[in-house]
Amino acid sequence: MKAIMTVTAADRVGIIASVCTLLASMDVNILDINQTVMQGIFTMTLLVDTSTSSHNFDEIKSALIQRGENESLVIHIQRADIFDAMHRV
Amino acid sequence: MLNISDIMQTLDMIDHQHLDIRTITMGISLNDCADPDIDACSRKIYDKISRRAENLVKVGSEIENEYGIPIINKRISVTPIAQVAAACEDGNYCVIGTALDKAAKNCGVNFIGGFSALVHKGFTDSDLRLINAIPETLSQTELVCSSVNVATTKAGINMDAVALMGRIVKQTGESAAKLVIFSNAVEDNPFMAGAFHGAGEPECVINVGVSGPGVVYKALQEVKGKSFDIVAETVKRTAFRITRMGQLVAQVASEKLRVPFGVVDLSLAPTPAVGDSVARILEEMGLETCGTHGTTAALALLNDAVKKGGVMASGHVGGLSGAFIPVSEDEGMIESVRKGVLNIEKLEAMTCVCSVGLDMIAVPGETSPETIAAIIADEAAIGVINNKTTAVRLIAAPGKSAGDTVEFGGLLGSAPVMRVNNVSCKKFIERGGRIPAPIHSLRN
Repeated sequence: MKAIMTVTAADRVGIIASVCTLLASMDVNILDINQTVMQGIFTMTLLVDTSTSSHNFDEIKSALIQRGENESLVIHIQRADIFDAMHRV
Repeated sequence: MLNISDIMQTLDMIDHQHLDIRTITMGISLNDCADPDIDACSRKIYDKISRRAENLVKVGSEIENEYGIPIINKRISVTPIAQVAAACEDGNYCVIGTALDKAAKNCGVNFIGGFSALVHKGFTDSDLRLINAIPETLSQTELVCSSVNVATTKAGINMDAVALMGRIVKQTGESAAKLVIFSNAVEDNPFMAGAFHGAGEPECVINVGVSGPGVVYKALQEVKGKSFDIVAETVKRTAFRITRMGQLVAQVASEKLRVPFGVVDLSLAPTPAVGDSVARILEEMGLETCGTHGTTAALALLNDAVKKGGVMASGHVGGLSGAFIPVSEDEGMIESVRKGVLNIEKLEAMTCVCSVGLDMIAVPGETSPETIAAIIADEAAIGVINNKTTAVRLIAAPGKSAGDTVEFGGLLGSAPVMRVNNVSCKKFIERGGRIPAPIHSLRN
């Protein structure tokens, strides 16, 4: 399943490393990554493929949310189709 | 990959502007549950609903989780019970209402609609039995919703039914928040309290109702002072996005449940939450308070633009499709009523251009059944002449007078009791009979 992940937080060193290490540990493949800092707010979007992982979507989602809570990151993950539906004709 | 600002915009809509799927409604035919014994009939109804809708709530929650989009309600609509129960030789239809309530609770849905009768041209014996059982059924059940269709453009207005419903609304008291009296009722409406599974519908079907007044409101805040051409265009674009999401959810739900997809209902349905109000959209167009002069024009633009934007986004559009104006379910409407700007007469005018009708309006408990019937007749006339669906969901709040508040709780909200015109219409209602169909019903 292809999913879009977004990470927002106050900018600091190591956010990408933390998130990507977690994804790697669950065998989630990153297909594309886009990152910027707007007015001190770190914003990253990732297109990921969860089909390479032995974990199901719920497990991946809760691991990410847990990591977010521990490190003050706001993390969302949802199927990519919803963005395609809303923004592409 | 997708544009980062598009992604953030969608998340903002969900997190801060109340973008959601208002309802996934499963329509279930109960025609095969007819039985001369009312207890057997109730058992068949309970079994069939429990079997068909077994996974509805589970699938709804799965979609919410995977797509990150809240689905507020999961509901069931069924064949009008007056048709299913016509075979029952005796017994109180309240028994069937209880079976529906039990089945809805068993499936975990929020509401079940279809304790209904279609009497626009006349009553069957079963219709009368059902209508007379409405007050008892709605007060003894929690999740059952009822509707009665009293008029259509093709048949005219059944004034005997209108008079009867005036009395029934009065007897039903506060539970009338779950009772809708329709003109030109639609067969595939996913919204409550008026949903039922019509005669032309398949065995089982999934209909989805989208929402999003907050998203439209936010979009209009960005075009302050611009011309109506731009306002209409902005509403259309926003409605398109909202509906695309609804279409996606409808398709996924239909696949997961292995039930055919029916329609997406393109509705702007408000909730009592701040930032989820249709009244505030109208005010954003430049009205100081919803209900002042200009409100009907603003609502007409909104209703039309929502349909135009949504229709291209969905394969099949149906239901009620438009902007709802329920008073108790809309924080902005409630405030307008409290300020004395919005009254029942203005709401009636607004129903000529909105998607449904006089919705969730509390009137003083002392209002006579004839006055309630006359309000229903006026609304039915608007529907019949304009070839649109109209409805009345009126609560004659026992012991309350104008200015008091009635609490319904949850999604139904709380309603300020509104003043009604008490000059008698008794002799008008007592005439009975039918108001003939208008000339434009003869289209053949």
